[in-house]
Amino acid sequence: MKVLVPIKRVIDFNVKVRVKSDNSNVDLANVKMAINPFCEIAVEEAIRLKEAGIATEVIAVSIGTKACQEQLRTALALGADRAIQIQTDLELDSINIAKLLQKVVEEEQPKLVILGKQAIDSDNNQTGQMLAALTNMPQGTFASIVKVDGDKVNVTREVDGGLQTVALSLPAIVTTDLRLNEPRYASLPNIMKAKRKPLDVKNAEDFGIDLTPRTKTLKVTPPAERKAGIIVESIDELVEKLKNEAKVIS
Amino acid sequence: MSILVFAEHDNNSLKADTLKTVAAAQAIGGDIHILVAGSNCQSVAEAAAKINGVSKVLVADNAVYEHQLAENVSLLVTELAGDYEHILATALTTGKNFMPRVAALLDVTQISDIIGVESSDTFIRPIYAGNAIATVQSLDSKKVITVRTTGFDAVVTDGSAEVVALDTVTDAGNSSHVSDELTVSERPELGAASVIISGGRGMQNGDNFKLLDGIADKLGAAIGASRAAVDAGFVPNDMQVGQTGKIVAPDLYIAVGISGAIQHLAGMKDSKVIVAINKDPEAPIFQVADYGIVADLFDALPELESKL
Repeated sequence: MKVLVPIKRVIDFNVKVRVKSDNSNVDLANVKMAINPFCEIAVEEAIRLKEAGIATEVIAVSIGTKACQEQLRTALALGADRAIQIQTDLELDSINIAKLLQKVVEEEQPKLVILGKQAIDSDNNQTGQMLAALTNMPQGTFASIVKVDGDKVNVTREVDGGLQTVALSLPAIVTTDLRLNEPRYASLPNIMKAKRKPLDVKNAEDFGIDLTPRTKTLKVTPPAERKAGIIVESIDELVEKLKNEAKVIS
Repeated sequence: MSILVFAEHDNNSLKADTLKTVAAAQAIGGDIHILVAGSNCQSVAEAAAKINGVSKVLVADNAVYEHQLAENVSLLVTELAGDYEHILATALTTGKNFMPRVAALLDVTQISDIIGVESSDTFIRPIYAGNAIATVQSLDSKKVITVRTTGFDAVVTDGSAEVVALDTVTDAGNSSHVSDELTVSERPELGAASVIISGGRGMQNGDNFKLLDGIADKLGAAIGASRAAVDAGFVPNDMQVGQTGKIVAPDLYIAVGISGAIQHLAGMKDSKVIVAINKDPEAPIFQVADYGIVADLFDALPELESKL
């Protein structure tokens, strides 16, 4: 079976985010970019399914400027078989991303689509669920275990208060949580090999989808700074402050 | 202008977080209806009817909604959507799961995790793990919104709304519930606790988390952990406080042996009072703590327990 893995290029998770002084957005000039950590887990899961003999082909897809080919090459180096870049310079809302992915799903007919549960830049946590709705597929979001069993997949999900397992008919959508797996590092020979793997480029405008923005960001500001408090010298002083000054314990 | 709020519940009791989502609905302004979708969930409907400012409670009581599977619930909400300009759910695992499906079925984008309301179409939400705050205007005719509970104060329960039973049954038929494995604890849930004590990598191992038990007992606190402690295998993931775990804002948050990585701070920095216990005076956690104590946690914790 084919597995499709949509991935996103985002700011590296180790980089400290700064807001532009004109409050128009965060400053992404000259910062290190990387594959979104949850997407990396999705790539890893797909490759493990291939290694287990369940998946026959792993296709990575990314929507964005030419720069996102770098992340597609990372996915290829990790073990994806081929990649598709959907070229656009627009900042697309999740619904429009999901509509483009719907077209890719219609063309490729994957049995399983694995996505990260959210991107660490926009923090929306939407695209996988939206794609599931548009393609009328069941979904296993925030997955920590994925078990394909014939024409079904059992997904154990991280929910408030514990775990929930659901059974989904294939084709299905899975979104990854942190505990699903620990992604491997790409080896140097595999990085070299990835350069020769196929990477198709398509234009977002050619899909016949209305990509008009659905949201407008009016401003982006830094969060309210929390002021450092005081260092107390002893537990006695701490207890006294909590009782009499902060009044949070009695 | 009407607003539909999806009730968070477990078929027995209404989650208090719903009261905060109703507060967000009140900030938007309009006639507020609550949807209770579940199975044998009459007690939830009765509790929902008491929420201040709610005029109607819609109850979809059917076995297909028992586990609130996204496939089935999203079809139900989409069917009801015609009457509403805003549809709100709490940004907990249920709402996060089905709401984007509703948005896609209605051909709108979702505004996720709002922490503030500027107007009926403009909302405030954290991005980049809370390192930036965006003010976002929705250009869609219908607004599908999830609400982060730490941004709103619960409304009171002094109302008496009309309860209306729905006979709509929406069964997508492509998913089923297999099992739940819920963590059993006598302590309050992280999301609901007014006091939380969390341990980090400084706890050194899972056994040492027992040092937090006595203090948690005395304060009626929930016990949490940093991602570093979870990743090191000390404690299970459902204890994780942080951007990738639970986002909390208790009255008192005690961070023990937690250095204060950005991703942890994103999950707890809205707490009213923060206490940090750490032996490293340079730890970033002290920059957000109201009260810090530079001490070895293995000395400090037993002393703190004895003095509470």
